[in-house]
Amino acid sequence: MDTPLVEMKNMCISFGGVHAVDHVTVDLYPGEVVGLLGHNGAGKSTLIKILSGAYKADSGEIMINGEEVHIHSPRDARSHNIETIYQTLALADNLDAASNLFLGRELTTPFGFVDDDAMEAETRKIMSKLNPNFKKFHAPVKALSGGQRQSVAIARAVYFNARILIMDEPTAALGVHETQMVAELIQELKKQGLGIFLISHDIHDVFQLCDRLAVMKNGQLVGSAKTTDVTDDDVLGMIILGKCPPGATPGPGALVDAEVVG
Amino acid sequence: MSDTALPGPKGPAARNFFAALQLDTRLLGMIGAFVVLCLIFNVVTEGRFLTPRNIFNLTIQTVSVAIMATGMVFVIVTRHIDLSVGSLLATVAAVMAVVQTDILAHPDVLGLGHPAIWVLAVIAGIIVGVSIGAFQGWMIGYLGIPAFIVTLGGLLVWRNVAWFITSGQTIGPLNETFTMLGGIGGTLGESASWIFGILAVTLVLWLQIASRRRKASHGFPVKPAWAEVTLGAIISIAILGFVGTLNAYHIPAARLKRMFEAAGETMPEGLEVGYGIPYSVVLLILVAVAMTVTARRTRLGRYIFATGGNPDAAELSGINTRFLTVKIFAIMGGLCALAAAVASARLGFSTNDLGTLDELRVIAAAVIGGTALSGGVGTIYGAILGALIMQSLQSGMAMVGVDAPLQNIVVGVVLVLAVLVDIIYRKRTGE
Repeated sequence: MDTPLVEMKNMCISFGGVHAVDHVTVDLYPGEVVGLLGHNGAGKSTLIKILSGAYKADSGEIMINGEEVHIHSPRDARSHNIETIYQTLALADNLDAASNLFLGRELTTPFGFVDDDAMEAETRKIMSKLNPNFKKFHAPVKALSGGQRQSVAIARAVYFNARILIMDEPTAALGVHETQMVAELIQELKKQGLGIFLISHDIHDVFQLCDRLAVMKNGQLVGSAKTTDVTDDDVLGMIILGKCPPGATPGPGALVDAEVVG
Repeated sequence: MSDTALPGPKGPAARNFFAALQLDTRLLGMIGAFVVLCLIFNVVTEGRFLTPRNIFNLTIQTVSVAIMATGMVFVIVTRHIDLSVGSLLATVAAVMAVVQTDILAHPDVLGLGHPAIWVLAVIAGIIVGVSIGAFQGWMIGYLGIPAFIVTLGGLLVWRNVAWFITSGQTIGPLNETFTMLGGIGGTLGESASWIFGILAVTLVLWLQIASRRRKASHGFPVKPAWAEVTLGAIISIAILGFVGTLNAYHIPAARLKRMFEAAGETMPEGLEVGYGIPYSVVLLILVAVAMTVTARRTRLGRYIFATGGNPDAAELSGINTRFLTVKIFAIMGGLCALAAAVASARLGFSTNDLGTLDELRVIAAAVIGGTALSGGVGTIYGAILGALIMQSLQSGMAMVGVDAPLQNIVVGVVLVLAVLVDIIYRKRTGE
């Protein structure tokens, strides 16, 4: 196989003595969607926030295209073309779509002033592809529906030529139609060769969208598998019991068989 | 303001008219309240409130608080507060007074009345103001002490640092050129005021046309042409009307005569000369323009509003919110220094109680002007209008002869009511 796009090796982070992420190793190849599953508090979001620069790992290595990188801030992550769509959307509610899309990376005029018109023009362009029904370009995003807000968040990640996309519960706040839209978008981005980490609670989503999945429990990796090698029940067992089925590669968090049999 | 409103919603003609102008309805409401207030006072005072003389006085009385209120908008938008502005003003005024009367005016340094004294004093004041502001901002941003506490401490500290610097004495008289910043002692005069007004009108119209062209070049919807023309005409009339009013306040004959005598000439019989725009008002206008440009057209301004709207989102977008806090409080400190120059120049002296309770006036001005304490929302022009409303209320009541305790009671009640009206308005419009 080629070199992975991202490899996170033996990542550890703890908050006040709690091992939120405990020696977790995951990888991601170009054109692949890897689903991250687990209970609330299993450490999925924390793991991913290390990659997006929101948290700094206590130990562990991050390799991008086989080279070790150091990510200390969201800016560092962005410079490696890592873009994140957060569960909480991370939008400034009082600003309009264009301001949010370009937040932290504003287009400026030759005199260094923020060029709102140019940003609005770019926003209109990308929105006509992502969500042609989007019309409220001048309203603050708090006046938008969940789906419209999500398309702003996605536009922000996609616009800047992301190579690695992190999606934290991208469909949690969406209706059926909008969820379908996100699914189509993920397929489209895969074709373009992006690598996508998808955090989700919805096993159905994961089987539909992901090529591989990794399950975490109590900050540890239970195991990872190709979605074709395991069943729904296998995955439920991994999430709830931490039991690694035969089709999956066990991680440090997997229960030893003896314990299960009891 | 949304695009869907553009083709013209079905509704009464008046509503169509305002929709096409795309004006901030909040601003219109505030201007409406201000006009009503002025008219009421004018009737009660039998026409003394809306005279050129009183309007002139109102503007120069508003300048100091209005300058600080523009900075308070940034502070409150980022969900902080600054209680130290009045005390900071006193400290900076004391520093500027000492610099110009004790240090620079010393015969060995520049000598009494040297023309460079005022600039150096103002620069010294700005350096002190920005440094103190930045220091407070550092404690808030990097040490994580709440702004309320840092500036509450500052309220006590800086008031008494001012006292300490001057040993409690009133310092003055201040340098003559410096006192021209205060208001009545330094104005542009009639011709220069007209030129200033015409330049301002030209600039406004040019900006309007440029913005329309830019929008059209991107293919965005633009306002109907008649709406642009109406808007341009209203703004132009407002600017020129303001200049005309200030020019219509004539320098008293006795004072004019003294000015001619000082220049070694005799005053022609029946000559009348208007004051024109005070330098302090020019300063306020420049500050207002600079702060508005910062808020709307710079990354700094964008980050201030983004941080106020959602601090986590700002942080995740790679914005250094800690350093941003330092910058905001440094700007606030610099504006306190400018306000201190105006306030002490207006008095001609630096006194210990200069700027007492200004923190409350400044916060009230920003809040009446529509700055939300929950963060993320506020405008510079709103804050200045808020300062003007507060000052009009206060001096109007003084003219009517309302007792001093009642004046403060009314101001307090108005502050609370203004916020209540704002909350109701926001709920109705769903903002």
